[in-house]
Amino acid sequence: MTTYTLPNKKGHFGMFGGRFVPETLMKAVLELEQAYDNAKKDASFQAEIDRLLKEYVGRETPLYFAENLSRHAGGANIYLKREDLNHTGAHKINNAIGQALLAVRMGKKKIVAETGAGQHGVATATVCALLNLDCIIFMGEEDIKRQALNVFRMELLGAKVVSVTAGSATLKDAVNEALRYWVANVDDTHYLLGSVMGPHPFPTIVRDFQSVIGKETKEQFQLRNSSLPDAVVACIGGGSNAMGMFYPFIEDEEVSLYGVEAAGQGVDTDYHAASLTKGKPGVLHGALMYLLQNDDGQIQEAHSISAGLDYPGVGPEHSHLKEVGRAKYFSITDEEALDSFQLLSRLEGIIPALESAHAIAYAVKLASEMKYSENIVVCLSGRGDKDVDAVKARLKGGEGK
Amino acid sequence: MNRLEQSFKLLNENNAKAFVPYMMAGDGGLACLVERLVLLEKFGAAAIEVGVPFSDPVADGPTIQSAGIRALENRTTLKGIITELAKAREVVTIPIILMTYLNPIYAYGIDDFARDIQIAGVDGCIIPDLPLEEEDIIAPQLADAQVELIRLVTPATPLERIKEIAGRGKGFLYAVTVKGITGTRNLFDNDLNEFLKAVKMLSPIPVLAGFGISNEDQIKELTKNCDGVVVGSKIVELFEKDKLFEMEKLMSVFKQEAKIV
Ligand SMILES: Cc1ncc(COP(=O)(O)O)c(C=O)c1O
Repeated sequence: MTTYTLPNKKGHFGMFGGRFVPETLMKAVLELEQAYDNAKKDASFQAEIDRLLKEYVGRETPLYFAENLSRHAGGANIYLKREDLNHTGAHKINNAIGQALLAVRMGKKKIVAETGAGQHGVATATVCALLNLDCIIFMGEEDIKRQALNVFRMELLGAKVVSVTAGSATLKDAVNEALRYWVANVDDTHYLLGSVMGPHPFPTIVRDFQSVIGKETKEQFQLRNSSLPDAVVACIGGGSNAMGMFYPFIEDEEVSLYGVEAAGQGVDTDYHAASLTKGKPGVLHGALMYLLQNDDGQIQEAHSISAGLDYPGVGPEHSHLKEVGRAKYFSITDEEALDSFQLLSRLEGIIPALESAHAIAYAVKLASEMKYSENIVVCLSGRGDKDVDAVKARLKGGEGK
Repeated sequence: MNRLEQSFKLLNENNAKAFVPYMMAGDGGLACLVERLVLLEKFGAAAIEVGVPFSDPVADGPTIQSAGIRALENRTTLKGIITELAKAREVVTIPIILMTYLNPIYAYGIDDFARDIQIAGVDGCIIPDLPLEEEDIIAPQLADAQVELIRLVTPATPLERIKEIAGRGKGFLYAVTVKGITGTRNLFDNDLNEFLKAVKMLSPIPVLAGFGISNEDQIKELTKNCDGVVVGSKIVELFEKDKLFEMEKLMSVFKQEAKIV
């Protein structure tokens, strides 16, 4: 691949992306684009992000060789990029810090955000506490039940959590409400979107702030092995941890990129979140992207045991990478993710987030088909503390979804 | 001259203002769509906006959201709506404007959509999630089909941009009265009249105000500075509660002042 320069000026990744938002928001998204372009050129802005990532978040995160897991898989070596060790327990904080600093730069004192698993909500609430910003988080009622502990965390951090009961009462509906809130409060509020989705420039901004994952991985891997990994693997909700991992490798064609979606109860049932595997291109939340939808263009509900993957779309850049074949996308069922959740806990002493467990499950399959001399890096996007209750209920025969 | 231009010309000649009701197609069942359109024309509508239900209507407040959910529960589809509008065209003489988010059109197929609504006699199309920057995806097809793309400006739109948007349009310009979503409101921003005056000055085509309008006082106040109003949530609510008498009364607001043709 030659140099990769997407998106274009209009925020398009090939046919995907764009700015499909109500006119009320156009001024705000244009201003955001301008502010981000300026900030990117300002060394002091980047320095402040770097300082917080180091001193507050605890970066860089380790690249860990999972020897026991590799032996279990019986093939390629599996390395884990330990985003679970970040402050607040997931990769989401990388983006929250960057965008919150951008909001401050733009003179906005209020932050609105959506959250699915609650990880992005917690990361946002955390950064808002740090930077003294007002914080309101929209969260689906269903997710509030699944992730009760994270709701309490956000409240402890001073955020207001608003329950969304519309539609499937999950992440998609939380985004709708956050967008409506932003439309009505656009003058003093920044929408701190949590994944590589939404109108331009969000997919680019979030990708850039998450790219620290792939950049560190590349350096760490090269330092250790004087080469690049043969494959990188990451789970896909909206696609931010995957895009952060993929982006620095896009031009290194020898590195295969694998995104792992949630197959829920199976991609041939009505209960999954495999937008790239089973969806069609369409427009939702400001972007043209792959979407789960019926023949009439009504968006379908996504289903996954993991709240963070429970989204019926996937960001425009992933949609494009699929279309051009640069990245490959597969899916993992609830059952397989649950198995991996336990497997990684037992073999490595690392309890992964259910989202990340999808990536682990796929990496184990992939490793078993690869040579012993080959190497895979998995983005371990978050830790599993938030999921322990739900997994317990499921495994011990309680209520599960 | 197309139906929209003709209607506004007539209103203008009679020094009259436009009352444009919005209704959700399929709320109450698609079978009553034609009947409701006929009723709205009889009550004095200058044109009618017909909403297409969508699962994720980010520009809409609770009233229209709920109407959309009811319509979807009635298995309303864009195809079904276009079929009914073709029937309506035989009995309704005023302009019909389809209001739909982009995704149902995208799923239908943009070329097919433009052709089919032209055949059905639809005069205009409002797409709330399609700003200027993205309209190339459908504007050429609508132009070929002689269906007007009705564009929106809002109090958050800078003056330069209002000018650019207004300059592209035919039919009318939709001036959103609030920084916010649809739904009836008591309070309007103090700067609203100034905003409408500015839009009116910059627009070569008629300007209709919409979003949040629910009573006669608001309508009279707003139309001092524009050519008419779009009333959505209130009409949806009155249909749902079957308060047709109240609807007729609200829609007669301009009749004391000038005769609607
Ligand atoms: C730990 C973890 N991983 C992954 C995701 C999925 O998001 P994305 O695809 O944007 O990385 C989430 C979302 O909440 C998460 O909490």
